[in-house]
Amino acid sequence: MTRKNYRLVFLVLMVFAILALNAQQRFPKPEFESGYEQPDTTTPEPRAGGMEVFDVIVLFGVMALATWLIIKKRSRRGVLWLSVFTLLYFGFYRNGCICPIGSIQNVTLALFDPGYKISITVLLFFLLPLVFALFYGRTFCAAACPLGAIQDLVVIKPISVSSWVRKTLSFIPHIYIGLAILFAATGTDFIICRYDPFVGIFRTDGPYLMIGLGIAFLVLGMFFARPYCRVFCPYSVLLGFMSHFSKKHITITPAECINCKLCANSCPFDAIEAPIDEKVRTESTIRKNLRNYVIFGLLVPVWIFAGGFAVSGAHVFLSKAHPDVYLSELLIAKPELREDTENLDIQAFLESGKSMDQLVEEASVIRAKFKTGGWYLGGYLGLVLGIMIMNQFVLRKRKDYIPHKRDCFSCGRCMDYCPVARQEEGIQPEKIRSNAVK
Amino acid sequence: MARDKEYNRREFINKGARLTLGLSLAGVGVAAAVNAGSEKYLWQIDPFKCTQCGRCATDCVLSPSAVKCVHAYDICGYCDLCGGYFKPGVTDLDTGAEKQLCPAAAIERKFIEEPYFEYIIDEELCIGCAKCVKGCSAFGNGSLHLQIRHDICVNCNECSIARVCPSDAISRVPASEPYMIKGDFTANESGEAGT
Repeated sequence: MTRKNYRLVFLVLMVFAILALNAQQRFPKPEFESGYEQPDTTTPEPRAGGMEVFDVIVLFGVMALATWLIIKKRSRRGVLWLSVFTLLYFGFYRNGCICPIGSIQNVTLALFDPGYKISITVLLFFLLPLVFALFYGRTFCAAACPLGAIQDLVVIKPISVSSWVRKTLSFIPHIYIGLAILFAATGTDFIICRYDPFVGIFRTDGPYLMIGLGIAFLVLGMFFARPYCRVFCPYSVLLGFMSHFSKKHITITPAECINCKLCANSCPFDAIEAPIDEKVRTESTIRKNLRNYVIFGLLVPVWIFAGGFAVSGAHVFLSKAHPDVYLSELLIAKPELREDTENLDIQAFLESGKSMDQLVEEASVIRAKFKTGGWYLGGYLGLVLGIMIMNQFVLRKRKDYIPHKRDCFSCGRCMDYCPVARQEEGIQPEKIRSNAVK
Repeated sequence: MARDKEYNRREFINKGARLTLGLSLAGVGVAAAVNAGSEKYLWQIDPFKCTQCGRCATDCVLSPSAVKCVHAYDICGYCDLCGGYFKPGVTDLDTGAEKQLCPAAAIERKFIEEPYFEYIIDEELCIGCAKCVKGCSAFGNGSLHLQIRHDICVNCNECSIARVCPSDAISRVPASEPYMIKGDFTANESGEAGT
């Protein structure tokens, strides 16, 4: 076949090409005479599968070591170095992307979508920190979480925040995890991963928004310690539940608390609770508190219903996050966009051969899921709010300085301030006082 | 004594709650494990669903994108006038930069024998914009197509390109079959890899 002929054939085939766009192999593969050897199409291998198992072993090892350092060894220094290792391994080496926080969504999707097969390693990543928290508190947060580690290392001058601000902000993680589960269960989006502020820094690459968000969190974290953990982290909700009822939790003092107040300001996260003055716990206060506790306890079903009603009422708005729902609404609202060749989503839909009815049908199924899910999400948020209000009226007997089991990250800073611990090590009290003043 | 009683009660409640939480954790674990496998999953592009919209170049969390154009030599026609290499309307078929479709000059054109030319993708330069893929699919055999390169891809939990892909061409594939190279992989009705 000469070159000219070839071009003629090409032109003829151009016409055919327009008629039959999907036809393949318009030009048969030539038979070469010059002994040309066809190169292979390369397929670079992914990271070896066995490495995933290795990651799980590392996670288990780090958490076991952290737990030992905190509960038995009582060494803040050890925890610090361990968190540096975590930052390097899970953060910068593994790019922060095999992480228990995001695994919430994988587990949710596995429960709701039978077509999605979760890998055992991801499931273990989800479960292991929770099991550890159930027995020993949030030792995962202390040293095994790369997001926690990077924030913990930039704490320079933490300021104390008043308790009502902290309590109000602590409601946000509940909203975050609720939305994350709703979006994952409906197959809409993985919002935890999408708005992970530090993954861009770990990869040293990413969209400007991602990196900018990460830097903003780190700058804020110099003064408001661990902002992501305290205000946003959705996994903290689950860890907090577990840690609240943990069997063995970090203690500030190894023996009896002597109420010296030296540890009171040592916690950058305001997670140490001061003793309650017995004078405050008068008969009348206790009676008043009990009355309020019962009244607000009876109101909990109201919050649950109101929450469910509100969130499921917003299901039309929420469901717009799903691309199919968004597309169907767009096409109904602005049919003229069908002509818009610039709109890739609409053009791809028109080319796909799917009918408009099919799309609307799919969208309404997803929207119905959002409506049901909205009831659960709103009900849950109402319940959390109700319990938070009830807890305002709990005035338990507390004679010592103790860490708040739910908020405490088990970082171990407070342990270094306890004179009882130093005394047991044989250091003189005078020395401790002068150290503490420093 | 009263204090002891109070602590006993609290300890009892704690134990009960711990047991409940432990059991529910086990429940979630088992329910998810029913649907679990030891297989790892990776993201990959189905070349037969791809519409070459160009978002692979712009929406990957990596820059440049982990999506590269790959060349399935098996189905290449070795055309002189390559729809993937030349801009439309080019008449003088040489390697002048102004004639090339690729904005990154990532395609190398090599003469083999009259009238055949080989086209090689330099993946270091390729940005995954799919301009060549569009040209090759429209006028040629479609041997140029996009694939996610797993030595570059960081395997995000949710692929940010998959989220914006207008034709849902990106999905999780088992790590044992991480590529959908045209020729080996052909489209069929179920959308799964055939022979």
